[in-house]
Amino acid sequence: MSLSLRLDINGEPRIVEIDDPRITLLDLLRERLALTGAKKGCDRGQCGACTVLVDGRRINSCLTLAVSLDGAEITTIEGLAGDGGVGGERLHPVQAAFIRHDGFQCGFCTPGQIMSAVGLLAEGHAGADPERVRELMSGNLCRCGAYRGITEAVLDAIAAEAGAAREDAA
Amino acid sequence: MNRFDYIRPASAAEAFAEAARPGSAYLAAGTNLLDLMKGGAARPDRLVDISRLPGLDRIETLADGGVRIGALVRNADLAYDAGIQRRFPAVSEALLSGASPQLRNAATLGGNLLQRTRCPYFYDVASACNRRTPGSGCDALHGENRLHAVLGWSEHCIATHPSDLCVPLVGLDAVVELEGPGGAREVQLEALHCLPGATPERETVLAPGELIVAVRLPPQGAGLAAHSRYLKVRERTSFAFAVVSAFAGLELDGGTIRTARVALGGVAARPWRARTAEAALEGAPASPDSFARAAEIALADAHPSGENGFKIALARRLIVRALKDALAGTPEAPAALPASPFAPHPGADHAA
Ligand SMILES: Cc1cc2nc3c(=O)[nH]c(=O)nc-3n(C[C@H](O)[C@H](O)[C@H](O)COP(=O)(O)OP(=O)(O)OC[C@H]3O[C@@H](n4cnc5c(N)ncnc54)[C@H](O)[C@@H]3O)c2cc1C
Ligand code: SF4
Ligand code: FES
Ligand code: FES
Repeated sequence: MSLSLRLDINGEPRIVEIDDPRITLLDLLRERLALTGAKKGCDRGQCGACTVLVDGRRINSCLTLAVSLDGAEITTIEGLAGDGGVGGERLHPVQAAFIRHDGFQCGFCTPGQIMSAVGLLAEGHAGADPERVRELMSGNLCRCGAYRGITEAVLDAIAAEAGAAREDAA
Repeated sequence: MNRFDYIRPASAAEAFAEAARPGSAYLAAGTNLLDLMKGGAARPDRLVDISRLPGLDRIETLADGGVRIGALVRNADLAYDAGIQRRFPAVSEALLSGASPQLRNAATLGGNLLQRTRCPYFYDVASACNRRTPGSGCDALHGENRLHAVLGWSEHCIATHPSDLCVPLVGLDAVVELEGPGGAREVQLEALHCLPGATPERETVLAPGELIVAVRLPPQGAGLAAHSRYLKVRERTSFAFAVVSAFAGLELDGGTIRTARVALGGVAARPWRARTAEAALEGAPASPDSFARAAEIALADAHPSGENGFKIALARRLIVRALKDALAGTPEAPAALPASPFAPHPGADHAA
């Protein structure tokens, strides 16, 4: 069975042929499209390393069948920097905040953490409350225990976004 | 994962015609089904993808003041819906205490109701499990069973239903709307999941091909909005299934309880409505004594199914705590740690 999918991946429309409906979005990205930013930690929805945005919402790509996403817009860590295109030079504010606050050690969980944080910002339920940030980042585990820096980075990115919104309004 | 055919029907009628064929399974977001398929615990020949069926993703207020929630409404969208937060706050709190933000963004209402047990032997195809393979035995009975059922279990299966959402829903008299090859019908959520008896493989009353299209909350439940709470004890602060959870909702007449709703999660193969406890509360003073008595009554028929006698005491305490919280009033702002017994005050910092 050959299935043809239309996907917008990091701003680029793609037609992807797959021969097997079992392929998850994570395997499609990593094994077929050479986008290895999203990581396979548990492959069971338990660690968040595979987090990407689908139509702007963060999800676990390991528990999503690629075929079910025909027509969707996918954003991965590779598409975050610059002006949307892969490999852009200018870091996304959340990426910059992770560097500023040392929000990682080995880096394995980091693409998932950053994509999750981008999703969290768009959802807008955390405010400036560290407790809410921790709770709303709880779908992303970090075996190096870089949680302190991760929480600070997310809070910083939220504050920066709120500041930018105030400047826009002024 | 086994090979399967993937079908994306354009209409509900087409969906249940496909799904009525043996070996078929509905695919919503897949956050439970794919997990089971990866380990081989579920092996459908045919996935019928319902995630794009039209018209099932709406939350509507009904003429009688009730609310009708389409089966494809995502858990996150339901949790943050302003009307749900205002009128059925425990539904929102329960949802937000479950899984992770990523999973809630994907998971659907129908999938949440029909998610399977988290019994580890059910997942492990090398283990004997009557629920997965009828007649094979139950490795949980003499295995790791701290988290198994204390109510409504049988020696054939001691598994629990893991949903948080179902607990307040069952307390709020939710009605499940079904459509299938045999037509449309509805069942009370309380009667959707079967207790195991001698046939644990029969998990719900759904007929082959039957589709959940919506869940309805009757308007009376909104009368509990000012005094309701969902609490969930977990083995870590967040992103964990319930050891035990409890929903309590009250309507008060001065110091007297006019209406009480009590339900438990993590204790049985279905979300457990504690009707005898409700009857004991109604007409009684809203006092710690009444709450303690109700908690005793709610667990009167409970028995450990293994090394889990502690869950009976825990469930009693959690009922008392949920009733006290409900009496004190639904928190103004949603709690930072939803349903957590460890962060009683909105804004409190559990790690400070
Ligand atoms: C790591 C992890 C942690 C989790 N933690 C929690 C938790 O703390 N609390 C909690 O409550 N849940 C938790 N969950 C479970 C989660 O809530 C469910 O996986 C989710 O709700 C299922 O929804 P879905 O749309 O993905 O369903 P699917 O996986 O697509 O389907 C689940 C089942 O329902 C059937 N189905 C789906 N929709 C319909 C319909 N409309 N009609 C008929 N049949 C249907 C499918 O055939 C399948 O058998 C967790 C899951 C994971 C992976
Ligand atoms: S408790 Fe139920 S689900 Fe678990 S092994 Fe026994 S029969 Fe299977
Ligand atoms: S790899 Fe997807 S959640 Fe762990
Ligand atoms: S930085 Fe190593 S796992 Fe998070």
